[in-house]
Amino acid sequence: MGQASPASLLICEHCDTVYRRRALECGEVACCPRCRAVLERHHRLGVNSLLALLLTAMIVFVQANIWPIVTLGLNGQYSATTLWGMIITMWQQQAQVVAVLAACTLFFFPMAKMLMMGWLLWFARRGRRAPGFVPLMVGLHRIGPWTMSEVFVLGALVAIVKAHVYFEVIADPGIYAYAVLTLLITIFSGVDLRLLWDETAESPT
Amino acid sequence: MSVPARADELGLIGCPVCGLVCRSDQRLDAAATALACPRCNTTLTRRKPDSCRRTWALLIAAFFLYIPANLLPIMRTASLNDIDDNTIISGVVELWVKGSPDLAIIVFTASIVVPMLKFLALGMLLVTSQRGSGWARVQRAKLYRLVELIGYWSMLDVFVVALLTALVRFSVLSRVEPLPGVIFFGLTVVLTMFASMSFDPRLIWDGRDTDD
Repeated sequence: MGQASPASLLICEHCDTVYRRRALECGEVACCPRCRAVLERHHRLGVNSLLALLLTAMIVFVQANIWPIVTLGLNGQYSATTLWGMIITMWQQQAQVVAVLAACTLFFFPMAKMLMMGWLLWFARRGRRAPGFVPLMVGLHRIGPWTMSEVFVLGALVAIVKAHVYFEVIADPGIYAYAVLTLLITIFSGVDLRLLWDETAESPT
Repeated sequence: MSVPARADELGLIGCPVCGLVCRSDQRLDAAATALACPRCNTTLTRRKPDSCRRTWALLIAAFFLYIPANLLPIMRTASLNDIDDNTIISGVVELWVKGSPDLAIIVFTASIVVPMLKFLALGMLLVTSQRGSGWARVQRAKLYRLVELIGYWSMLDVFVVALLTALVRFSVLSRVEPLPGVIFFGLTVVLTMFASMSFDPRLIWDGRDTDD
């Protein structure tokens, strides 16, 4: 002990094994030999590319929320819904728990996540820590698993197939926006934003 | 380095939030207060506090909610001359019969297999790590990561019901209404997610026998 500074060390979150940190080549992934968990990935995307992708995701997210998702037709009558239409209907139909779950996991948490990431990345471009860096980084970590847009896309697909038997189904722009959003989320899932702890300078003032 | 050392043995703690490696003996000078990460101020503990008890409690609670979630209908389809209440399993059967066996398998996996896998896997992980068992550690560690990765996909059926409720609104001709089963199911998913988060995978490796 004492020969290595803590910054050069890495602890596997899944089994508590200590490793010496090593610079990773492009495309390399460091795995824990004891429990096989991923320790660290090389980040192909820099802060600027991440910010660009995030802006795209924000635009798509707005589209996914303002446009109807699908329209159903029955004997010349049509019925469409947006995400918020769905949340409000669930609230009115005595399923307030579901309404709150959907509002949080499909709207509030993803939105909060994107705004927080945008704010942090914007300052990180110049190697600086954004005001409120520490609480925001902790907040991002806590929100982590509670965003479910990609599950909703699959749910919409299932709902469409179920409805298809009885109704005429017309896909609306919202569903395409959601499909693109899922793609972007997949890209972001490989990014560990903890890299910002190391890549930004300590003193925010 | 023959056998890589563990943080606990070296007097180190990895911050669960920011990943910083911290010395666990810093606590000695400020005896009363808890140890906090110097970088992000998160309280540092050797293992997640009360991990086993919390996970057991959440898992059992989730299981009790899972029973009504399966027995009670989750959705009512009402048309001009009949009312049809669907449970999770009857929804899967309907998809299968109406010609989408592929989607029926996806829904079956998300709504039945994943929650059952979570109950069995977390239960098994809790029992084995409480005994300090050295059995199949790598596989158990992988199983835990799988449970964490796929857990939230169970929310699928909840979103299906919500979307159908909002869409199928043709006054008397055809309507879909959510029924209490869907609420129980949504809560089951949330509780199992909390359960898998409160389990500490490091406990798998904490047992007596070291078999690397």
